[in-house]
Amino acid sequence: MDLKLDHHNEDRLTIVEVEGEIDVYTAPRLRELLIDLVNKGNFHLLVNMEKVDFLDSTGLGVLVGGLKRVRAHDGSLELVCTQERILKIFRITGLTKVFGIYASVDEAKEAHGKDK
Amino acid sequence: MATVELTFSALPAHVRTARLVATAIARRTGVEESLLDEVRLAVGEACSRAVEAHRVHCPGEPIRIELRDDSGRFEVTVSDQAPSDEIKQEQPLDLGMLSDSFMSGFGIAVIAGLADDVEVFPSPKGMRIRMSWPAVANGRTG
Repeated sequence: MDLKLDHHNEDRLTIVEVEGEIDVYTAPRLRELLIDLVNKGNFHLLVNMEKVDFLDSTGLGVLVGGLKRVRAHDGSLELVCTQERILKIFRITGLTKVFGIYASVDEAKEAHGKDK
Repeated sequence: MATVELTFSALPAHVRTARLVATAIARRTGVEESLLDEVRLAVGEACSRAVEAHRVHCPGEPIRIELRDDSGRFEVTVSDQAPSDEIKQEQPLDLGMLSDSFMSGFGIAVIAGLADDVEVFPSPKGMRIRMSWPAVANGRTG
C-alpha cells in the first residue's frame, strides 16, 4: 500500500492524517508535508498514525526531523498510535521518551488544551 | 526449502518488494504469524540501509538478499557492496544529536531489537547482515 497524507486544523493544532506505509520510498513525502506545514506557521502538529501499516527507521527520522523543526518555534509534534507493531519500533529506539504518544485524537487534544 | 536469492537495484521503491518476498517466504518456511511483522521490519531495515549506502558509494551495483531454511530456522542475509568499517555505538538519547546521520544508525539498532539472532559483518567491501528466526522444521509443504 502506498502512503496517503491529509491534514486539517482544529484550534491551534494541525492534525496530520497518515495512512499506509512509511518507509525509505514514501517517507520523503511525509518529510515534505511536515516542512511545508512548519514553513506556513503550523507549529503544533498531531500526527495520527492509526492507519499506518508499516513504519521503519526512515519514518522515525522524518518524525524526529519534524519535531526538531517545531521545537525551534516552541511548538510540538505529538502522535496518536495504539498499534502494538508500530509502538514497538518507538520502544526499541527509545523514542517513546521523545514523543508524546496518545491513544486518540481527542485524548491528545485534551492534553494539548491543558498545556495552553 | 531451497535457498531463494534476490538481487535488486539500489532504489527505495524496491525495498517494499524485498520486504514482501521475505515475509512470504518466512510464512512458507513456517515462521510463526506473530513473528512475521518482525521479519518484515527487520528485512526492510537491512535493505533500506543497504540502499542508502549504495546511493552514496555505488548506485549502479545491486543489493543481494538470500533467504533460506536452515535446520528449523528462517535465515536472511542482506549483502551490500558499499564500504563500511564501523557500526555506530549506542548513545543516550538527546533530541539535539538526532541528526540524519545518527538516525541512519537506527536501522541496525532496530534489527538487533527485532531479530532473534543477528550478526553484522562490516568490511571495506560491503556490509553483510545475517538474521534469523525460529521456524517449523521442514516448513510448509502445501
